[in-house]
Amino acid sequence: MSTTESTPGDRGPAAGTEQGPAAEDWARVQSSPEFVQLRQRLRSFVFPMTGLFLAWYLLYVLVADYAHGFMSIKLVGNINIGLVFGLLQFVSTFVITALYVRYANRRLDPVAERIRQEIEGGAR
Amino acid sequence: MNVSVVAQAAQSVEGSNPALNIGIFAAFVVVTLVIVFRASRNTKTATDYYAAGRAFTGPQNGIAIAGDYLSAASFLGIAGAIAVNGYDGFLYSIGFLVAWLVALLLVAELLRNTGRFTMADVLSFRMRQRPVRTAAALSTLTVSFFYLLAQMAGAGGLVALLLGITDRGYQALVIAVVGVLMIVYVLVGGMKGTTWVQIIKAVLLVIGAAAMTLWVLGRYGFNLSGLLGDAVAKGGAAGEALLNPGKQYGATGTSRLDFLSLGLALVLGTAGLPHVLMRFYTVPTAKDARRSVVWAIWLIGIFYLFTLVLGYGAGALVGPQRISTAPGGVNSAAPLLAQALGGPVLLGLIAAVAFATILAVVAGLTITASASFAHDIYVNVIKKGQVDDKQQEVRVARITAVVIGLVSIVGGIVANGQNVAFLVALAFAVAASANLPTILYSLFWKRFNTTGALWSIYGGLAVTIVLIVFSPAVSGAKNAMFPSVDFHWFPLPNPGIVSIPVSFLLGYLGTVLSKEPVNQAKYAEMEVRSLTGAGAEKAVSH
Repeated sequence: MSTTESTPGDRGPAAGTEQGPAAEDWARVQSSPEFVQLRQRLRSFVFPMTGLFLAWYLLYVLVADYAHGFMSIKLVGNINIGLVFGLLQFVSTFVITALYVRYANRRLDPVAERIRQEIEGGAR
Repeated sequence: MNVSVVAQAAQSVEGSNPALNIGIFAAFVVVTLVIVFRASRNTKTATDYYAAGRAFTGPQNGIAIAGDYLSAASFLGIAGAIAVNGYDGFLYSIGFLVAWLVALLLVAELLRNTGRFTMADVLSFRMRQRPVRTAAALSTLTVSFFYLLAQMAGAGGLVALLLGITDRGYQALVIAVVGVLMIVYVLVGGMKGTTWVQIIKAVLLVIGAAAMTLWVLGRYGFNLSGLLGDAVAKGGAAGEALLNPGKQYGATGTSRLDFLSLGLALVLGTAGLPHVLMRFYTVPTAKDARRSVVWAIWLIGIFYLFTLVLGYGAGALVGPQRISTAPGGVNSAAPLLAQALGGPVLLGLIAAVAFATILAVVAGLTITASASFAHDIYVNVIKKGQVDDKQQEVRVARITAVVIGLVSIVGGIVANGQNVAFLVALAFAVAASANLPTILYSLFWKRFNTTGALWSIYGGLAVTIVLIVFSPAVSGAKNAMFPSVDFHWFPLPNPGIVSIPVSFLLGYLGTVLSKEPVNQAKYAEMEVRSLTGAGAEKAVSH
């Protein structure tokens, strides 16, 4: 294993596999406008979306748990609201997955890629 | 005819042909062993052994994640729960699926970028290494061990059901065979061999479930409403309740609260399961980690839609009364449905898939536990990161895998026939309480520090275990582990609703109450690495 860091007990897990940039480089990148933008883009998508799907899921669980009458209302034939509500959880999961992938491909990956090349290029 | 043979035959699923079941399963074992031995040729370094050289593609890893995640409990358990308890069984599938969004949005990519082999790599990145690693490894071993024990004990019940073996000695023998096979997969194939076993199993499971689903729907002219109507008719007086929520959990205020608690643990536990997290290290980049979660979400989601049809199909074509009284109880719904549809051959195929399921899941758990012990405790805590011989770490991991395998065989034999369902609930509750808060804080909260991490891991672990030990799952209820004694004071079998908020709170309090300064440099490095993938571990090319 590596000796790139001074204290053996404080070694980052990925250290030792390659010569990483120095500590001040990480701090410099962290405060760069590009990185601040990347962080802002990531957080402004994943935090609200997490809140949204957790709230939607909890709403479902609470209704299924405490509003049996409502869930038992039949819509078409033997298909009731409970079944449709449950299937909508599947639909929302698939939709959020697709939305995130599209967002990450367009808005996150290009910025992350630029910063990474800058760091890894600069370290060599 | 010998009386005991008649008694034994009557115990297995009607129409089951044990020789056929064993034959199909043996074919699976032979094929996977050949693949595992071929895969083992390139397994030399720690990266090969723990992370399959990071050379799997996103889709391959996604299929393997589905194979790791869809345990026998999801397949037999959920189909059976829907057949007998109706709608309430469906609630499990939804929690298990929605949980993947937590992994996709918050955990998978950042974890892949930051760590090397284990969950502890990420948790200890900017903390004091030894205490945090020890805590994370302990939590990993706890979750993996309880999960493993539940699967091994479940294997005994499955044997009784599918092969008609009621003798406890023979059941123990089968549990031992499952354990030894698992040790061979992990020992020889490492992560690469284990991954291939999971991929093959996932493909078989999804194809088997798809075929049965189409078959059932075909019988009703692809009219879901007609299928539900038949399930209601076959259910007799209680039939109508099958379509509505509340049959299982709606009885009392306590049982409703318990359901809410279970729902929380399911949705927050998945992204804290160490064997799921470790799978993200087997791909070359964070983008592949994202791709694998997307594949896993689609496969797992579609599979759970199949189980909905299979559950109501079993209710309609076999009937809840026959399922409840069959050996294996609710777990026999899917096998009985297979038998009703395609006779002994389809039953044999489904039985073999169920065995393959157990084997693949226990192999994944064993490699996770052995990696955590060897990489976190042996190398980084006992040896303080100073391992001269790179082969040494892998050697320790292999020895650990054998020990864990042997312990789980013994544990599985002892727990055989016990009600161990709460072990899985416990594993999810510990993952959601001890692991997830710590992962989220360390990825997203700058001020989080070593004290906070230790408080949330140990606090979450302790609260969860104490609440479970003093819950009706262990004592004081008819279906408890020790039904004859009563020392319970916590009313819910699932502790999540208390233990998850408590762990988040402990992580927060530990952080703000300690005077420990934030390691600014390490935080900068971790944040830049996790978001950009700079300096992340690359794939190994052979």
